[in-house]
Amino acid sequence: MAILLLADHDAAGLAGQTARALTAALQIGGDVHILVAGVNARPAAEAASRLAGVAQVLLAETAAFEHALAEPLADLIVSLAPGYDTILGAATSTGKNVLPRVAALLDVAQVSDIVEVVSADTFKRPIYAGNAIQTVQATDATRVITVRTASFAATGEGGNAPIEPVEAVAACGLSRFVGETAPISDRPELASARVILSGGRALGSLEKFNERILPVADKLGAAVGASRAAVDAGYAPNDWQVGQTGKIVAPQLYIAVGISGAIQHLAGMKDSKVIVAINRDEDAPIFQIADYGLVADLFVALPELEKAL
Amino acid sequence: MKILVPVKRVVDFNVKIRVKPDGSGVDLQNVKMSMNPFDEIAVEEALRLKEAGKAEEVVVVSIGPAKAEETLRTALAMGADRAILVETDDAVEPLAVAKILKAVGEAEQPGLILLGKQAIDDDCNQTGQMLAALLGWGQGTFASKVELASDAVTVTREVDGGLQTVSLRLPAVVTTDLRLNEPRYASLPNIMRAKKKPLDRRTPADFGVATAARLRILRTEEPARRMAGVKVGSVAELVDRLRTEAGVL
Repeated sequence: MAILLLADHDAAGLAGQTARALTAALQIGGDVHILVAGVNARPAAEAASRLAGVAQVLLAETAAFEHALAEPLADLIVSLAPGYDTILGAATSTGKNVLPRVAALLDVAQVSDIVEVVSADTFKRPIYAGNAIQTVQATDATRVITVRTASFAATGEGGNAPIEPVEAVAACGLSRFVGETAPISDRPELASARVILSGGRALGSLEKFNERILPVADKLGAAVGASRAAVDAGYAPNDWQVGQTGKIVAPQLYIAVGISGAIQHLAGMKDSKVIVAINRDEDAPIFQIADYGLVADLFVALPELEKAL
Repeated sequence: MKILVPVKRVVDFNVKIRVKPDGSGVDLQNVKMSMNPFDEIAVEEALRLKEAGKAEEVVVVSIGPAKAEETLRTALAMGADRAILVETDDAVEPLAVAKILKAVGEAEQPGLILLGKQAIDDDCNQTGQMLAALLGWGQGTFASKVELASDAVTVTREVDGGLQTVSLRLPAVVTTDLRLNEPRYASLPNIMRAKKKPLDRRTPADFGVATAARLRILRTEEPARRMAGVKVGSVAELVDRLRTEAGVL
């Protein structure tokens, strides 16, 4: 049977996480169809059709899908579900919002945040902030899955899948889009960045966070992350939070500055290839997992780092 | 309006859990248990809505072992009016939890159900969305701001690209994120008072819900351990090692 993969996109293009979730779908095995739901989303559908190994792209274009609201999107996926034995998506804020609703409507369990495909119905997933890894076998006829994209490489291009329109479902009127903050940064996205520079509470203020972290990040070509403490204190916006309940990242290089390393933060970045910690407290737990640790005052070290790059 | 707040008893967020060496699960013997932090935020939000005159009653419900009564008493001590304990020793999966909560919702007829976006033990992030689906209600997940009116709730959501605001027709389900509020501590007099607040005991069978697992847990193991590396003496040494040794700059 076939696999339905829900695409994350902004109409003009496909999110990098979808190419990673596709890798998991291809490991499960079977014809993979990518669903692109949105408005003026043909460019995103074309990007999906170019990914290697995709058998078909389904394009659903109705105003109801413009902001990926859970209620209409779940109804759409449920209407398509009889043709699939696996329905999955990246564990992005859209996937996490929509897919459990789909699973409940289909009366099946969901397997959240898989980090490994063991077989078509068996997966590994982290629990307790990644302090244990569970191997679970899904016993329902339809499997609904979200994929932790940091654990899968992106599938490349090389495909040429046909794009088929799909019938929209009737609007349910349960929810209405009101507004959103526009992405303001031209820095790389956290989820797919090669290098991430993260700051913690030790930065002390929003001004210092911006003044100290951002120039170094830009010199590194890095995405900017933050600990929960820094976000809670208002030094950084919520979508920069790395951790158990924020973004899970695995860049080539993760530099943690002024972050002590609570288990909830480590859960979000401990699979990074190389971890650097800069902290004044030599006993900070972050040093226990860092490949390179520098015990130093960040207000001295960061300007030096900026100059040395 | 009545607000229903489901809460879960979980391992305290400060506890470093231990995986059993035989791969059969996580050792929960003699481990400190607390209310799931996200649910605590949900209780707080419900209480604030009541204090602002937007709701009349806050009912808390938990599905779990007899000891989940402690979690419910914590919510009552924070200020919730009454509690429902759906008692079971089974590990209940999110779908079955959502089915029980649906039945509780149908009996209680709340205008709003507020709950944590995820439990910090199984990290599933499913129950609220599933509950909304089963009730046929709208859902506002990962909320950092909740504005309740008589026929709609406006929810600001923490999403990957920043913030999204949606308006949901009531009744609706809202799941809480970290920045929604800072939960209060219960005072000693309120902890004493909470012992006398009503707590209704039920079982999943009362609601006709089977809690049999749909997921078979084959094994639970420790994650690959990451070793501490080296301490470097200076920024210059760090940059040099990142360039030559690690090859990531």
